[in-house]
This record gives sequence, structure tokens and C-alpha cells, in this order.
Amino acid sequence: MNIEVRQPVHGAKDSGKARVGIFDCDIHPKSSLEDLRPYLSNRWWDYLQTYGQRQRHGYVKGFPYPKSQPLASRRDSWPPGGGLPASDLDFMRQQHLDFYGIEWGIMNPLSPTGQGEQNDELSAAMAFAANEYQLEGWNRRDPRLKASVVIPYENGEMSRAEIRKRAGDRRFAHVLFLSRTSELLGKRRYWPIFEAAVEAGFPIGVHVFGSSGRPMSNTGWPSFYVEEITEHSASLAASVTSLIVEGVFERYPELKIVLIEAGFAWIPSLGWRLDQNWKRMKDEVPHLRRAPSEYLREQFWVSTQPMEEAEEPDHVLDMMAWIGWDKILFASDYPHWDFDDPFVALPPGLSEERRNKIYSGNAKALYRLD
Amino acid sequence: MIGALAAIDCDVHPTVPAMTALSPYLDDFWRAAVVERGINSLETVTYPPNAPLTARPQWRDKNGRAATSAAELTAQVCDRWQAGIAILNCLYGVGLLFSEDMAFAFTRALNDWVAKEWLERDPRLRASIVVPLQNTEYAVDEIERCAQDRRFVQILVLAMQEMPLGRRHFWPIYAAAERHGLPLGIHAGSTYRHSITSLGWPSYYIEDYASHTQAFQSQLASLVCEGVFAKYPGLKVVLLESGVTWLPAFLWRFSKFWRGVRAEVPWVDRSPAEIVRDHVRLTIQPFDAPAEADRVERAIDHLRSDAILLYASDFPHWQFDGDETMPAGIPPALRRKILVENPLATYDRLTL
Amino acid sequence: MAKHVVAAVADIPPGTRKLAQVNGRAIVVFNLGGEFFALNNRCPHRGGSLFHGKQTGLVESDGPGNYRYSRPGEIIRCPWHGWEFDVRTGQSWCDPARVRARRYAVSVQPGTQLIARPYVAETVPVTVEDDYVVVEA
Repeated sequence: MNIEVRQPVHGAKDSGKARVGIFDCDIHPKSSLEDLRPYLSNRWWDYLQTYGQRQRHGYVKGFPYPKSQPLASRRDSWPPGGGLPASDLDFMRQQHLDFYGIEWGIMNPLSPTGQGEQNDELSAAMAFAANEYQLEGWNRRDPRLKASVVIPYENGEMSRAEIRKRAGDRRFAHVLFLSRTSELLGKRRYWPIFEAAVEAGFPIGVHVFGSSGRPMSNTGWPSFYVEEITEHSASLAASVTSLIVEGVFERYPELKIVLIEAGFAWIPSLGWRLDQNWKRMKDEVPHLRRAPSEYLREQFWVSTQPMEEAEEPDHVLDMMAWIGWDKILFASDYPHWDFDDPFVALPPGLSEERRNKIYSGNAKALYRLD
Repeated sequence: MIGALAAIDCDVHPTVPAMTALSPYLDDFWRAAVVERGINSLETVTYPPNAPLTARPQWRDKNGRAATSAAELTAQVCDRWQAGIAILNCLYGVGLLFSEDMAFAFTRALNDWVAKEWLERDPRLRASIVVPLQNTEYAVDEIERCAQDRRFVQILVLAMQEMPLGRRHFWPIYAAAERHGLPLGIHAGSTYRHSITSLGWPSYYIEDYASHTQAFQSQLASLVCEGVFAKYPGLKVVLLESGVTWLPAFLWRFSKFWRGVRAEVPWVDRSPAEIVRDHVRLTIQPFDAPAEADRVERAIDHLRSDAILLYASDFPHWQFDGDETMPAGIPPALRRKILVENPLATYDRLTL
Repeated sequence: MAKHVVAAVADIPPGTRKLAQVNGRAIVVFNLGGEFFALNNRCPHRGGSLFHGKQTGLVESDGPGNYRYSRPGEIIRCPWHGWEFDVRTGQSWCDPARVRARRYAVSVQPGTQLIARPYVAETVPVTVEDDYVVVEA
């Protein structure tokens, strides 16, 4: 006597949007430590079983800013057959990849990857395993899903080695950092990573979160999860500033950085502030041959998620125009709760040409898929 | 030039020439301690003394310092730029000291120095009470003491503290401020309890100066989320020298997330954007603006408030050239509000 | 608007909810302690399926640090961005003046009074002693 309604409820046929294949620059597949086991040495497998990961925030499981929903995931993303959100490829296809017509998606795995782990060697071992499993467990089964090169970013040389292993492998889209690094990204300790990425032809994706071990803000630790998630964009702005002002792009003009899950409306103001101060204090940074906003414009891309929600939607369009229509990449953040549905996330009032750039054209150009 | 309007300049900075300037205002013990321990200066690297931003060359005296006297400051700010009133925000680094008692003594001396050497010298001057946040009882004590002098119109703290300003630890200070009708002035700067970005210490001063916007965002988020405005509905907050144009993007993101996570902070009973527009004001220098005047107007539209901006020159910091105190592109209809009406509405103790 | 039978009362025990298709629209029907309410399943924010969300209580506050929990099960949170809607009224809790989930009138009709469609036509015989949940949409 039941009326069953097939999931998801609003179907592709509801939308009158263009049928361009969507490039999704932020998907979080969930693998388990068991999945990584074939790619870990006994030394590190045993270590993980005994001592486990230590990720600078103190908890064995969970977070000192607990998420608002379990695993920060959409409540409807738990596979009916069991398992964690985004752990089941068939369900991911049904609910996301096939449902939205995702033609190409970048996996940015968040755990288990060992990124931000206190122990560099463990971090490197897990990075290798996470990369192998992205290929074996995901990409081979569905080539729409491209891998990120997970790296032990707190160690430049170990990261360089991992990137070199993956150079030339077109199943990888970009090198992955989390944003809360222990130092600002422009600092010399990270330059071997940029060099390796450029040599290998990979852009660098910087995805918010991670734990640096420093307070969440530059004025100490906030109390609430809502503060934590709001303030990620400000901390990423500091690293963007650092990359520009340290002259990373003078040294590596081919380096491309994708900012993921940080929103984007903060970008124009940052460029204005840096330019204003650079004009007066150029003598401090003679190695910069261009205005800071020019590096910001040329070397950085932004993903759309979480889509900005201004009280007046036109204001979001202003920001997009000021950033540049060719610098914006669609991202869903599947399966997280602040997910953006590609059919409804983009602000109204965009021309078809601009929508198509955001959905796929810009990603194709950046990741050289043309 | 401002023209015939008697503007209110909400952010100017008196320079303490040396620690000895405060000695007359210290008691015997502390006066002796300053000498015996060789405490010569509390200048901070937030404004390196010779950095261009710290002062325009033509304003510097033979020692390279600017704004060292009331006469010099009022000549520029009030006579030349025609402010009828200017509010002094003293940034001398008493906030960085760790000893609560030393900080209390030095802060008292600093506020007394401002009153005697500045407020007494020119009736157009007003000041913020520098608050010793190292100890909240001392802070309340100092507010109660200085509030008796109605030329003190605000309480002043630096933007980067040991913990976010919304935390309940600080609430007695806000109770006192609200009681006396004194806005909480949060000024760019740091007590250097943490690295000045949440990802560590930048290499260059240009980065340092950019880092303040992170602090202002974190402080606003904290004040709203902890419920300071729910608890102290009469409290106003002024963000001094923040740059302004970072605000809309921050409010969009904050309000968006709040809508989905509301139950974590259920005493926040309406959108953070509305709360901020009700309680928070921003001074206009620096104004981090695009070069194109039409974009300036659009950026101001994004703020969605005529009441939010307060005129300030930020003298002697070098934020603009010539006499262009008002950023280009500000709509004429807003000018009088920024120059006069909004400051009057914000500072209960001002009378022209 | 027309009336549609969506379920037998016995199909939606107290504290549960059911998803139904009515006139091409997905509607979620709730049973709160014997009272029935129905909302358009599509979250007015970005279209998430409210049926798949979390039914929870109302969180209010007397002031900072105070959490007052009442009306368990009477709030539905969208499974996506977590927006809270009052099951009884459709009103959102983040912007009550401007945002609400669309409500539908629900009544319980004895079997003898029903027009037999669409439910009955598909799968279920009507029996006069059963009560049915009817949505007007």
C-alpha cells in the first residue's frame, strides 16, 4: 500500500537548463583505511592500527568543532545499501554523477589521506596509498572521476617525490593541499612542491579545512562551528596574499592555483587592498613586477561552492564579473551538507555563454582537456 | 576638501614621543620601574615608525615622528580638513604587555596623558578610553574612571587579541560600555598573542597590513555568535581602520551558514547581516577600493546601509594623497551622512 | 485544487512521515501525535527533499548560553543545508517573515466519503472501515 517515489525527487526533467556536461571540481569520495591497506607497508599499517593518526586537533575521531550534521554530509547521501556518504560508487552515480550529467569530476579526498598528520613519513605513506586507491578504487571503475595528487604538504621533498611519481598521468587533475597549513603557503618550505607541480604540469588545488595546530583565527579560538566554517575564507586569503607577495609567481609564472570551497566574493576586496598598499610600499617588495591584483587575476581560479547568497542576487554577479568570467569553476562539494546542486546553484541572470564557461569551459581550459 | 560642513573625524592618532612622556602620570613605583628596567618604548610593529603607511613624509618632524602634539594634529585635521571634532585613538602598545598590573598602570597613565596633553589643549578633540584587556576587572575600573570625563566618547581595543572579543570573559567590559553609552571601538592592530595570520607569520609588511581584515571578520563573527548584542542591545561597535570593502562578502557567507546552523546559536534571532547593520559602524579610511569610481559606488551599494560609514582621516597614517579625505566615487547624497550624521548617531556623547 | 488520497491512516503512524506524489508534485505528509500535516517536499531554499531530512525539535533560547528544546519531532530540517521548517505551519526558522515551505491542507476522511482515485486505482482496495489521509493540492 505504499506510494514510493524514486529518489532524488526533483528530476533532470524539471530543469530547463542547458544540457552541457558538467565539470565538477570538488567531489569527496570516501575510502576506508582498509581500502588503503594494499598500498601501505606493514610498518605503516601496523603503526596506524596501534598509534593511529594524529592530526593536530587532538581527537581520535570527530572534531573539536563538531559538525552540524553527521560527517558534515547531506542526510540523503547515506547509501541505502549501507556505508558512509560517498563510499558507494553506484549510489554516487545514481544520486550525483548520472543524475546531473557530470561529465568529469575531480576527487578531493579528505580522509583517510594523512594530510596534516603530525608524522611526515606516515603522511607520505598515506598520501601514496590514497593516490593509488583513487586510481584503483574509483577512477578505474568510473573514468569520469579524476584523482588529485594527495601530498604530505608539510614536507616539501616528500611531496615533490609523490608529485614526480604522478607526473604525466592524465588520470590526475591537480595537486591537493588543505588550506590550514602550518605556515603561509608562500613560504619557501612549500616552493619545492610548486616547482614539482609546474614541472609535472599540474595546477594546485587548495581546499579549505585541515588543522594547522594554530588557532582558527588570528585572534584566538572561536567557540562555534558556525564561526569556524565562516572564517575559512579569511584564512585562505592570508595564504593567497602570501603566495602573491612572496613572489611565488615571479619564480613560477606557470603555477596555477584553484581555491576550493572558500567561496569567492572576498577576492575583489583583497586585490584592492593589496594594490592600494603596494602602490605606496613597492620598495618593500621589489621582486614584484606587477600589481598584486594582476597576479590574483592571472594565477588563481575559484570554485563556485559554497555559492554566495547575497540579499540582492545581482551583487553576486558583480563579484563574478570583477573576478573574471573565465576564472570561475563549478563545484558541488558532494556529499557535504552545504552542497550546491548544479541545476539551481548558479545565480539567475547569467547568459548561457557564461553558464557554460562555469559549468565546463573554464575547467576544460585550466585542466587542458580541450 | 570637506567644505562648509563641520565634519567629525572618527579616527586620528596621537603619537607618544617616548615612554618618559607618560612618567608624570605614573605613581612613584612605576615611574621608578620604567627607569630601572629600561622601558623606553611601547611602539609596535603594527606601524613600523619609518614605514610609509605610518605617516606622510611632510608630516614627520625632525625625529621622523608625526602627530606628536595637539596643535600639529588639529592644524591638519580640524583647520585644514575642517573637522569640527576629532576622536583620538591612541595605539601605544600597552595592550601587548603580559603583566596585568603593569598594563593597568601604563594604561591609566596613557589615558591621563591623552586627557592632559591633548583634550585639554583643544576643545575640538575627543578620545577613546584605552582599555587594559589583560584583566577585565581592571578594564571595567578604567572605563568607570575615564567615563566621568565626557570628552571620552568610546572604549578602544585592538583587533587581534588572545581570544575572540565575543567571549563571555569580556562581558563585564561591554556591560560597562553600554551603561555609559560608549561604543566599543575595535582598531586595526594586534596584541601579538598569536601569529598575525591564522596560518603563521608573513614575511612582508604589506601582508601584515592585509591581515587585519581577518581579525575584523573573526571579531564580528564572535560578537554576533556569542550573543553580545542579544545581551547588550544598546552596545554599538565601531570598526576603525578596517578597509570596509571586505564586509559584504563576509556577511553573505556568515548569514548563509547561520541559516543552516542556527540551532547552534539560537540566541541569534535574526540574520547576522541585519545585526551588523544595526550595531556596527565602519570608518572610511582606508577604503580598499577599486580604481574605477563606478565600482566604488557599486561596492558601497553592497553594504546596503546609508548609516554604516563614518568619516575618518586616519591621520597621520598615509591612506590617501593631498586633501582627498573622502574616497573618490562616494555618492554625493551620502557625504553629509558620512561626515556628520552617522558619527553623531553613533557617539552619544558628541555635541557639535 | 482537488482532494487526493495519499495513504491510509495506518500507513503513517504517529511520529513518522510519508512521501507522496500528488498531481506531479512530491508532498511529504507528517503525523504529529495523530494530527496530519503536509508540506511541499521541495525545500524553498535550493530544492532539497524535505522527506529525507531530519525531524527534530524546536530550539529556542532565553539568552546567550541557554538552549530551550521543545516540540520534539515538529521541525523538519532539510537534508542539504539544514534549514528548519515548522511542520505545522511551513514557516522557516531562519527567516520566518519571508521563507516558508508550502503547506497543503490535510484531513482524515473515512473511507465511505472518498472519491476513489488515484490511490485506490493503483494498488489498494477501499474499505469502509479504514480512515484515509487526504491532501488537497
